[in-house]
Amino acid sequence: MLSSQIKSNEIIFGSCNKDLLEEIIFYGMGLGADFVEIFIENTDNSSVLAEEDFITSVSPSFGRGAGIRIFKDKKDGFVSTNDLTKIGLMRSVSQAIEMLDITDNKKREVFNGLDKHRDYSLSKKKWINEVPSIHEISEKLLVSTKSLKKSNKIITRKGSYSRNLQEVIIASSDGTYVSDIRLHQTVGLNVIASDAQYRSSGSRRFGSSGLPHEFRLWDHEKAANDVFESSMNMLYADYVDAGQMPVVLANKFGGVIFHEACGHLLETTQIERGTTPFENKLNEKIAHESVTAIDEGISEGSFGSLSVDDEGMEPEKSVLIKDGILKKFISDRAGELRTGHKRTGSGRRQNYSFAAASRMRNTYIAKGDHSKEDLINSISEGLYCKSMGGGSVGATGQFNFAVEEGYLIKNGKLTNPVKGATLIGEAKEVMPKISMCGNDLELAPGFCGSISGSVNVTVGQPHIKVDSITVGGR
Amino acid sequence: MNSKEITIQISEAADSLNLKKWDYGASFSNDYSVQVDKGEAKQLKASQKQILTIRVWNESNLVGITTTSDISESGIKKALNQANIASDFGNKNEKTEFSPLAKDPIKVKDSKKRNPVGIKKLLTLLREAEVKLLESHESIKSVPYNGLSESFYERVYANSDGAFRSYTKSQAALYLYARAEEKNKKPRSSGSVKLGYGVEDIDIESCIKDASNKTISHLNYSSIKTDKYLICFSPESFLTIINAFSSMFNARSILDGVSLSNKNSIGEKLSTEALNIYDDGLHEKNISSSPFDGEGTPTKRLCLINKGRLENFIHSESTARIFKTIPTGHAGLGSKVSVSPDWIVVEKSEENSDLKKSLDHSTYEGEFVYIEELNAIHAGVRASQGSFSLPFDGWLYKNGKKISIESATVAGDIKYLLKNIVNIESNQEVTTSGISPHIWVDELSITGDA
Repeated sequence: MLSSQIKSNEIIFGSCNKDLLEEIIFYGMGLGADFVEIFIENTDNSSVLAEEDFITSVSPSFGRGAGIRIFKDKKDGFVSTNDLTKIGLMRSVSQAIEMLDITDNKKREVFNGLDKHRDYSLSKKKWINEVPSIHEISEKLLVSTKSLKKSNKIITRKGSYSRNLQEVIIASSDGTYVSDIRLHQTVGLNVIASDAQYRSSGSRRFGSSGLPHEFRLWDHEKAANDVFESSMNMLYADYVDAGQMPVVLANKFGGVIFHEACGHLLETTQIERGTTPFENKLNEKIAHESVTAIDEGISEGSFGSLSVDDEGMEPEKSVLIKDGILKKFISDRAGELRTGHKRTGSGRRQNYSFAAASRMRNTYIAKGDHSKEDLINSISEGLYCKSMGGGSVGATGQFNFAVEEGYLIKNGKLTNPVKGATLIGEAKEVMPKISMCGNDLELAPGFCGSISGSVNVTVGQPHIKVDSITVGGR
Repeated sequence: MNSKEITIQISEAADSLNLKKWDYGASFSNDYSVQVDKGEAKQLKASQKQILTIRVWNESNLVGITTTSDISESGIKKALNQANIASDFGNKNEKTEFSPLAKDPIKVKDSKKRNPVGIKKLLTLLREAEVKLLESHESIKSVPYNGLSESFYERVYANSDGAFRSYTKSQAALYLYARAEEKNKKPRSSGSVKLGYGVEDIDIESCIKDASNKTISHLNYSSIKTDKYLICFSPESFLTIINAFSSMFNARSILDGVSLSNKNSIGEKLSTEALNIYDDGLHEKNISSSPFDGEGTPTKRLCLINKGRLENFIHSESTARIFKTIPTGHAGLGSKVSVSPDWIVVEKSEENSDLKKSLDHSTYEGEFVYIEELNAIHAGVRASQGSFSLPFDGWLYKNGKKISIESATVAGDIKYLLKNIVNIESNQEVTTSGISPHIWVDELSITGDA
């Protein structure tokens, strides 16, 4: 008998698991579930840290696990486990059924077996052999940290790399049967500059998905120059004076504000909670007419791109806001079930231990017609936010963001660098104040933490002008 | 496999790979949690998780590490192999050894381990709590963020030198975050978190009351004028600030050049003489206490600031060796061993005659800003520079009245803050991250939009 014909009692990556998956799903449906979903993953990760002129940390990790979700009416029960045997998976199904208190096993939904296997991993199996070796990574990181040694005022230099390779199998009672391999690589540089009582820091991070050779193409010299200049520009900067003022937000990571302040409010999880002011605003104006905003998972190589989401749906390009009018919400399976908004291929999770939720992918404001100079020239007194730090949005929609590198604008010109600025506001009040969009859209990678863990995303925008916003300072 | 069997398995696999020196840390957990939405179960979760981190030392005494969730025989062998490969890239400039204290006796608190109550009971309790919170005030319209969970876990450390220690614990948590709405006003939110060894130890009524009172207290709000104010930090918010700048006490951060302190900072005056700060992971009120750290070093109480002066740093094995002292029980196992505080205890020292004792948050009638909770710490704190700019929830007290502050930030410098403490109230309060009294600080910048 051929080995492939032997019915396995355990999930085996790289093999056909159809019979076993169907058996598990039939088992759950037979116990009265409306819907059964199985998400299985196998990970192979690695990270390297260079500090000053030495490699100080190499951390490989690997693991495997399954997340099983059962729906009954609009409730769901989710169980995660490291046990990928038939017994272990069935035990998890039983546990989810028991949690949901399903005692009526009368079938309302029918499972007709899994559809034809959609295997997105076929062309990706070679990736693990194509990604750079630890030796290659180490050498390039050390060259990068050496490039940061441009002044004796630089007291700390760091370069870091991480690679996540995730193999997934997704099967559910609507027939979905999908396999995929995801590859994400990031590399970052950080410095701290110091002179007497003055201190500043600079950092930049780069990232890609599905491009095993990308790290080799990374221009570390340009990155090092950028980080160095940023830290030196900010070293002697004064604290910004607080107040209301117009600001220009730079492109790339400047898009983090739209992501945090507005993007999260367009996820169906926020509708479920009743925490978005945009819940009943579909086809209404929520932003300035110069604003068109998009969330998609299809830009090749972008950090938030996917062949298929964590619920087995291919990602779509979702125009969220068109010329200031709200057009769509970002939705997953539970979101569609509970809010009626169609799935957008946005069901995402950090790993098997989280249930998927509606999450952003590559999210950006579309480009406009203006040059960066047009935006700055239009302001007599304001702030230019060249580089943004992190931020957050509260339960009632207020957001705040740290400005990592800022410059005062006076009479249409950039002047002194300033530090300590924080942008504060509320999405529904700020969105109508984005009055000008530049023509220089660029994306930047990041990690977004929310209900289903930390996921890879890109944020982005062209340079944009906000007519008035609260700037926190001293 | 239980932890003893895993240790034997690792030992045998290491022998077969000719690896003489190794250690590992592991955790095994079972977690259950529920969320509700207007009386209905929303999501019910259960997870069974195992994480194993193995370090090996190669013939050149360089360390390699691997983390895995696969504790099968083949998984353990693979982990040892990968750690061995990683050891070729081990840090030649900073040696790592076993903690010299990894076999010292540990103080295991009366564990108070509880039994699971089960998902159905969790769901019933949370449903009841949600109903009571919604009924507590007509303006509370929903409880968008809520959860009740219980966890049962075992943590283990062992090494090839014969050290073996483990402990088992249980922990439960309840959080209720309410949203209140009134006509022609912005929605306001606040909440409360309670921890216990088990669900039966959680004071659910008090969590409901706190969440309700806090939320309602923010209904009448106003903008605040940008200016400098006298500030009263709640125990929770002061502990947030201290934890955010704990790199001041952290030997790892000093060696990495990201601390405001340096090797010679011990004895340096950081604050008013009236301030004492300890790290006390074994404190009886610390529900999450662990009797040993990631390297097996026993946890202990350590004075960080004594009468305003820096007294001790927190250490791992390697930082302690570099600083010529002993590990303090604050290490996290990793390729680069991390160092972090356990549970901060803030108190008034005996040298407190300079404090303005009339400043009491419950009786003071002058103008001040009360900071209840600081937000967005990850975005607004520059620990290596000492600066912060943080949004907060709080009130402006003026003319004997208090009004909730709408959307504002507090900004400053940690060294300035510590040196400008003008009062430390007498009563300490227990929070989820430590113990502290209310702390008063003069002249911090508040940005509002009034």
